[in-house]
Amino acid sequence: MTNTENTCPSGTSEMHKNEPAGGKISIRNATKLYDPDGANVLALDNCSMEIEAGEFCVIVGPSGCGKTTLLNAIAGFHGITSGQIDIDGKMLCSGARKADPGADRIVVFQNGALFPWYTVLENVTFGPAVQGKMSKEVARKEAEQILAEMGLKGILHNYPSEISSGMRRRVEIARAMMNDPNVLLMDEPYRAMDALTKTIMHKNLLDVYDRSKKTVFFITHDLEEAIFLGTKVYVMTTRPGKIKKVINVDLPRPRDYKILSSDRYLELKLEVIESVHEEAKKAFEAGERELA
Amino acid sequence: MTVTKPIYFMGINLRKLRMSIFSKTTARGIFAIIVTVLIWELCSRNNVPIIGMIPAPTSVVGALAEQLTTKAYWQCWVVSYERVLSGFIVAQIFGIPLGLLMGLSLKFRDLTFPTVEILRPIPPLAWVPISVIFWPTPELSMIFVTFLGAFFTMVLNILGGVKNVDIRYIRSAQSLGSSNMDIFRRIVLPATLPSIFTGMTVGIGITWAVVVAAEMIASRSGLGFLTWKSYVAGDYPVIVIGMISIGIAGYISSAVIRMLGNRLTPWCKTQ
Amino acid sequence: MDPNDNKANAEIKMTGGQMEINGISKSFGIGPLHQQVIENCNFTLERGKLTVLIGPSGCGKTTLINLLAGYEAPDSGTITIDGEPIKGPGKDRLVVFQETALFPWMTTIQNVMYGPMVRGDIGKKELEDEAMFLLRKVGLEEFRDKFPTQLSGGMQRRCELVRALINRPKVMLMDEPFRGLDAMTRELMQEYYVRLFEENHLTNLFITSELEEAIFLADRLIILTNRPACARTVMEIDLPRPREFKVLATREYLHYKQHALEILHEEALKSFSSGCRSESADFMEAYSEIKSA
Repeated sequence: MTNTENTCPSGTSEMHKNEPAGGKISIRNATKLYDPDGANVLALDNCSMEIEAGEFCVIVGPSGCGKTTLLNAIAGFHGITSGQIDIDGKMLCSGARKADPGADRIVVFQNGALFPWYTVLENVTFGPAVQGKMSKEVARKEAEQILAEMGLKGILHNYPSEISSGMRRRVEIARAMMNDPNVLLMDEPYRAMDALTKTIMHKNLLDVYDRSKKTVFFITHDLEEAIFLGTKVYVMTTRPGKIKKVINVDLPRPRDYKILSSDRYLELKLEVIESVHEEAKKAFEAGERELA
Repeated sequence: MTVTKPIYFMGINLRKLRMSIFSKTTARGIFAIIVTVLIWELCSRNNVPIIGMIPAPTSVVGALAEQLTTKAYWQCWVVSYERVLSGFIVAQIFGIPLGLLMGLSLKFRDLTFPTVEILRPIPPLAWVPISVIFWPTPELSMIFVTFLGAFFTMVLNILGGVKNVDIRYIRSAQSLGSSNMDIFRRIVLPATLPSIFTGMTVGIGITWAVVVAAEMIASRSGLGFLTWKSYVAGDYPVIVIGMISIGIAGYISSAVIRMLGNRLTPWCKTQ
Repeated sequence: MDPNDNKANAEIKMTGGQMEINGISKSFGIGPLHQQVIENCNFTLERGKLTVLIGPSGCGKTTLINLLAGYEAPDSGTITIDGEPIKGPGKDRLVVFQETALFPWMTTIQNVMYGPMVRGDIGKKELEDEAMFLLRKVGLEEFRDKFPTQLSGGMQRRCELVRALINRPKVMLMDEPFRGLDAMTRELMQEYYVRLFEENHLTNLFITSELEEAIFLADRLIILTNRPACARTVMEIDLPRPREFKVLATREYLHYKQHALEILHEEALKSFSSGCRSESADFMEAYSEIKSA
C-alpha cells in the first residue's frame, strides 16, 4: 500500500497539502549496548523491522526488552551502537551517527508531556511558534480546528492541570499533529488510564489515523489495545530485544467495538497473548535471578 | 450529591477558611494560647524563677501601646526593611543567573561549583569582621553579609530546579523543532520558576536572621538594634516587643513572596 | 514430594469465613465538608470464594476495606463474620495494602514470621518451616535474608501475601495490591495470587480498578456505584479454574467484560450528571460513544 496518492492529509494547513505522505521506516540490525557503570547491558540485538508508510505498527513485549530504546533512536533522543535506521529511504541514524530530534517524528509520552506553564492553546501552537512557520492567527485557527475535530472545545485557555487526563492526552496528540509529522511515536500513552477513558482515547486516535494516515509507532502492554488499534503487531523478545513474531491484524478499518466479538479477533488475541506471555515469563525469571 | 463551587478571594478559598476558623482544632489552639498567656502572667506576678523574669504580658501590652506612637519605632522598621531588601535583591540579581548558568552548563558548573561549595558552609555572620574590613562603610558591610545569606540559598535551589526539569519536556520541545534558546526561554525558565520562589522564601528568612544579628552587633538603628538596646537599657518589655516586631516583619515579607510566587506560577494549583 | 510439605499443605488448607455486610453507611466531615462515602451497602463475602470489588477511583473502596478490617466503625448497619459482629481489627481478617507495609528493618523471613511470633501461637522451629514452605510457593526462598528495599516490587507484594497467609486469617482483604506495578509484573503477580487462592480457598476480597484483572481473578464480581458507594451489581464469573491467561481470549470472558463495561458506563453517567467532576467529562463521552456503536 503506497501513500503517494494521498497527497492531502486533511485537517492540516495549506502548506502541507502537496507533500507526499511519507514515514516508511526501515530498521536493519539495530543493536544497542548500554554501558552503565561498566556493566554491559545489551538492550537490542540485531533487531530488524520494515514498517510501511502509513502503517499503524504496535510493539509489544516484556518490560525492559528494548521497545523504548527503539523509539528513542527513531525520535533522535539516543543513538544505536550498530545497524541502521532509514526513513523514506534516507539514513536516519546508524552506529556512527545519531539522529537529531525533529518535527517529522513527534513523540507522545506515557504520562503526557504537556508544558504545565502554558495554556492548551499555547501548547498546541508551540511547534509552529518556535519554528516560525505560521503566523499566530493561522496557527490559532488551525489549533482550534484540530481540537474541535477531536471533540475538545472551549478549553483553549485552560492550563493542563485544569483539564482531565483524557483531554490532556488528546491535546498532546493535537500538538503533535499540528506539525504534520511523518511519524507519530507513542510510548504507552494510555497506560495510566482506566478502561472507560481508554475507549475514548482509542476512538480519537483511530479517527486521527484514518484521516491522516500517518505512520504510527505505538508501544503498549495492553494486548487488546494492540490488536484493536494496529495494522501489524510486533512481539519483541525479552532483553536483548529482537523481533520474535509479527502478527498481521487483518481486521477491517475503520475499527469499532463490534469487532471485539468477532472470531478472528479472538484468534489474534490468543496468538498474541501466548507469544507475549512466554517472553514475559522468561524476562521475569531472568530479572529475579539477577536480584538474587 | 451536589458539589458547591468554592469561592476564592485573593487566592484563598473562603469556605475552607471559614471551616478552619470555626473548627475544633482552631478552638483548641486558641484555648492553648490563652492558657499560656495566663500562666505567663501569673508566673511573672508571683516571681516564679526563670519564667517570672520574662516581662509580663500586661507590661508588654502597655509598652507596645507606647511604642506604636513613637516615630523612632517605625523608623526601625524602615531601616531594617531597607537592609533586608537591599541584600535580598542583590542576591537575586547575582544568584538567579549564576544558578541558571550552573544548571545549564556542565563546564561552567565544574568551574564554579567547588568555590561555591567551599564558601557556602561559612555562616553569613562569620563574614562580619572581614566584611567590615574591606567594605568602605558599615552599612555596605552589613548589606554584603545579608546578601551572602540569600545568595547561596538561591544558587542551590535554582541549580536543583534546573537539574530536575523533566527530560520529557525538553525532548518534546526538541521534537517540536525548538532551538536551544527556545528551550531555555520556554521550557527551562518556566519549569524552574517554582524552585526560584522556594529559594526566595527560604532566602528571605535567612536574610532577616542575618540582619537582626548584624544590627545587634554592629549598628545603631533597626529592629535588631532596638531589641538589643532595650536589654542594655534595662527596658525589658520592649525586648519582647522587638522580638514580636521582627517576627511580624519577617512574616510579612515571606507572605509577599508567596503571593508573588502564586501569581507567577498559576499552573501550580494543587487539585 | 517432601513429606513435610504434605503435612504443611494439609495444615494450611483452612476454611474461609463468611462475611455479611448489611446496610452499612459511612460519612466523614461535618457541615459543608460532609461526605457520604458509603450509603446502605449490602453484600456477602461467600465462604471460600474470591470476590472482587470494582468501581471508579475515589468511590470509597478503601473506606470499605477499613470498615471490613475493623480499623473504622460504620455509622450504621452491621458487619458480621460467621454470624458474629466484628469488633475492631483482628487476625481473622487481614489486609494487604496498596503500598508495601513490610517492615523495612526486618528481613523477608522475619517479616513473614512476625505475626505468629508476637502471638506465640507456634514454636519457633515449626514457624520457620512453615514460613519457608510458603516462601518457596511464591518463589522467594532464595531471598529469605534480604531486606525489603533489596526486593523488586513484585517480590515485596508476594512477601506480603505470604505474611498475611501464614496467620491463617479467615478472610483476606486485598486493597488494590498490584497497583503501581508494571503490566508484566502485575500479570505474573495475578498468577501467583490466583494459584495461592485456588490452593487454599480462603475467603478473599480483592479490590481493584482494573477491569481485566477483576474478571480474570473473580468468582463473583461486585460493581460499586460512585459516591456514595453501594453494591450495585453482582456478576457471577463462571470461568473455569485454574485460571490461565488464555481465558482472556475466550468469548465468555469478553461477554463478561462488555457487560461490566456497560454497567460502569451507566455509573459514570450518573456521576457526571450529579457531580460534575472534570474526569467525568471523559466518561460522558465514553457513554455516548458506546451507545452509538
